[in-house]
Amino acid sequence: MTPTSESTVRLRPGEGAIARLACLVLQPALTRVVRRVAARHPSLFARLGPHQTTDFLIDPVELPFALHLRPDPQALVFRAVPRESAPQAGATIRGRFLLLLELIDAEQDGDAAFFSRDLEVSGDTEAVVRLRNALDDMDGSLAEEASAMFGAPGRAVLARLRRAYPDATKPREYA
Amino acid sequence: MSLAELICPAGTPAALRTAVDAGADAVYCGFQDATNARNFPGLNFTPDELAEAVAYAHARGTKLLLALNTYPPAGKVDLWRQAADTGARLGVDSFIVADMGVADYIARTYPGIRLHLSVQAAASSPEAIRYYCENFGVKRVVLPRILTIPEIRQIRREIPCEIETFIFGNHGLMVEGRCSLTNYLTGQSTNMDGVCSPASDVEYVRDADGSMSSQLAGFTIDRFGPEEKTGYPTICKGRYAAPHRPEGYYAFEEPISLNLSRLLPDLIEAGVHAFKIEGRQRSKSYVRGVVRAFRAAVDDIKAGREANIADLIALTEGQKQTQGAFETKKWR
Repeated sequence: MTPTSESTVRLRPGEGAIARLACLVLQPALTRVVRRVAARHPSLFARLGPHQTTDFLIDPVELPFALHLRPDPQALVFRAVPRESAPQAGATIRGRFLLLLELIDAEQDGDAAFFSRDLEVSGDTEAVVRLRNALDDMDGSLAEEASAMFGAPGRAVLARLRRAYPDATKPREYA
Repeated sequence: MSLAELICPAGTPAALRTAVDAGADAVYCGFQDATNARNFPGLNFTPDELAEAVAYAHARGTKLLLALNTYPPAGKVDLWRQAADTGARLGVDSFIVADMGVADYIARTYPGIRLHLSVQAAASSPEAIRYYCENFGVKRVVLPRILTIPEIRQIRREIPCEIETFIFGNHGLMVEGRCSLTNYLTGQSTNMDGVCSPASDVEYVRDADGSMSSQLAGFTIDRFGPEEKTGYPTICKGRYAAPHRPEGYYAFEEPISLNLSRLLPDLIEAGVHAFKIEGRQRSKSYVRGVVRAFRAAVDDIKAGREANIADLIALTEGQKQTQGAFETKKWR
């Protein structure tokens, strides 16, 4: 993997430092979350097939960093990375943070988000489709599961996130 | 009044449980191979998963239909026979088939299991449908999406089997069961490999101005402006320039979804036995939203109430919907 070209990333003053700090703070939590999910949902790796070793870049557009996922059960990678040093990914998935979270939790439909242009994908489309199908076959809420790992503080953070995005966090009833 | 069964899609075990819990009368699914027309990466069921799915569905009074609705190429029919053998062993309620050879094998080997004729068979005349009924014991035909309701009513009078119609989802018509457009670019067959626009050949390219191009096997098949809604990257829904339309236009079909929610009473009156929701490739969120909406609507109609039709536009392709040929042959 090679870092993304800096010429494609425009940073506001101080943003780079904030992103690096946020990544440092988040990393222990991300590592715990991905290990827990892998242990509790081993069947998702079968649906990933040959794309267990693909590098995915998950890019929440309003956050100062992106997330790098390599869902290799032998060497899991899930880390926050400043955009200016994000790896050249095999596939990139881009959208608002809560939309991405709700797609994982099956509260939103990925195809519908794509049709509406709220979700962008680039790179290896098969890898994206496999990841989507693998995650969609998980029961329960990954957000709830991850927040519960950190007890009351974790649940408080999730609740605060959802308050910040009231429309994006309601289960969509389409009615 | 017809039974008005709700037939719902499931691409994963979790989606199947979602469909059952949302009120499906039957759920249709397929194996992870070319025997069904949604042979997409990471989708569908292993035999072990199907066994659990059958148990889950039956425990809740829901039927499980197995789609074997592609056409075996010469020399490869064993894959379809083995899939039928596995489905029969696991206790599926019906097979959905398109190919006469597959239908014949199942009819002879498993005469106690219902056969449904897939939309992929493109049987749209009473004569064709009766042929399948008389020779293979087909109990239900899934009609192509090219017929008006009066035509469906007429067909119902002339055939000895049940009728199933699509009511929501993909509206890719062409000559159903015979579409070969994907083959021209990818070498893979919708009809024999079960893949339309295989994901491995699809690429989305974002331009600097926010536009997006969808490409299949290196060919651009559509380009969307920054605010324009998109559809699936299929050739039949691509936008093309032609001498008489140099600005580019949808030469075959538009990115649009079928939605017959307002025609449900007419379809029931015409004798339709079952309503099919398309979308095994869609998420649990889609399955939950669409199945709940149509469950409520069908229940209202059967109870003699006016149906409260949910707004499903957010889930449609291109965020557009149509009643297609069911309303008029001139829908385009």
